[in-house]
Amino acid sequence: MGTINILGKQLAVDADGNLVNLSDWNEEIARELAIQDGIPVLTPQHWAVVNFMRKVFEQDGDAPSIRRLTKESGVDTKTLYQLFPKGPAKRAAKIAGLPKPKACI
Amino acid sequence: MANSAAQPIEKVSIVISHGSLEGVYPGLIMANGARMEGIEASLFFTFFGLDAIIKKRMNNLKVATVGNPGMHMPTLLGALPGMSAFATSMMKKEIEKIDIPPVAEFLTMIHDSGCEIYACRATVDMFHLKPGDFCSEVDAVISVGQFYEKAAGGQIIFT
Repeated sequence: MGTINILGKQLAVDADGNLVNLSDWNEEIARELAIQDGIPVLTPQHWAVVNFMRKVFEQDGDAPSIRRLTKESGVDTKTLYQLFPKGPAKRAAKIAGLPKPKACI
Repeated sequence: MANSAAQPIEKVSIVISHGSLEGVYPGLIMANGARMEGIEASLFFTFFGLDAIIKKRMNNLKVATVGNPGMHMPTLLGALPGMSAFATSMMKKEIEKIDIPPVAEFLTMIHDSGCEIYACRATVDMFHLKPGDFCSEVDAVISVGQFYEKAAGGQIIFT
């Protein structure tokens, strides 16, 4: 457990570096989290994925699997890997201010 | 060696050699999981594992109810007609519940994630298979030698 400095605020993060408090998150924070994670600009497609993840997390208490992202977010697998190289689900979860998804798929 | 244990894995080559449902899924899950962690991955199908990439067979893989101690079922019971089909449909339901796709859909997803998919040359020759027998995700039919070349610098996982 540690903290990161975002836009002049100290925010609590877990061992994976993901935000601990959902209420700390807003779109400005998301843009900054993305920059810190190596994604300089969040396009509408990035936002579609991030918002879908937050919606599912609110419903189910866990971020969606890559399969569910592929089937329901409106962004296909190939594009997901282009938008969030080296791990779409975990990187999108980080930017969405959610814990790393627990599922294996 | 103590230091190398802490080195993150950067590349895996996963061999799938069994054609039963429970023989194929672990390798697919590991390949998909590798890509989700940003690990380079490739899949090499050999022997009966090839059934998972043969168009006519890939969605009809069965759970082995005979000779499978993990089923906790007496051999004679497992051999009853319909038992394998029953166990297969039960397992497919459970697999779907945890959001794991059917084999064909899973292979498309894995391939789209950047994982390369290969078929074993020796097996293809042995079973007299043709390129048209395979699903479109198969990148090439390669020899064991080529497999080792492609696996260079990574870990090999045999399933």
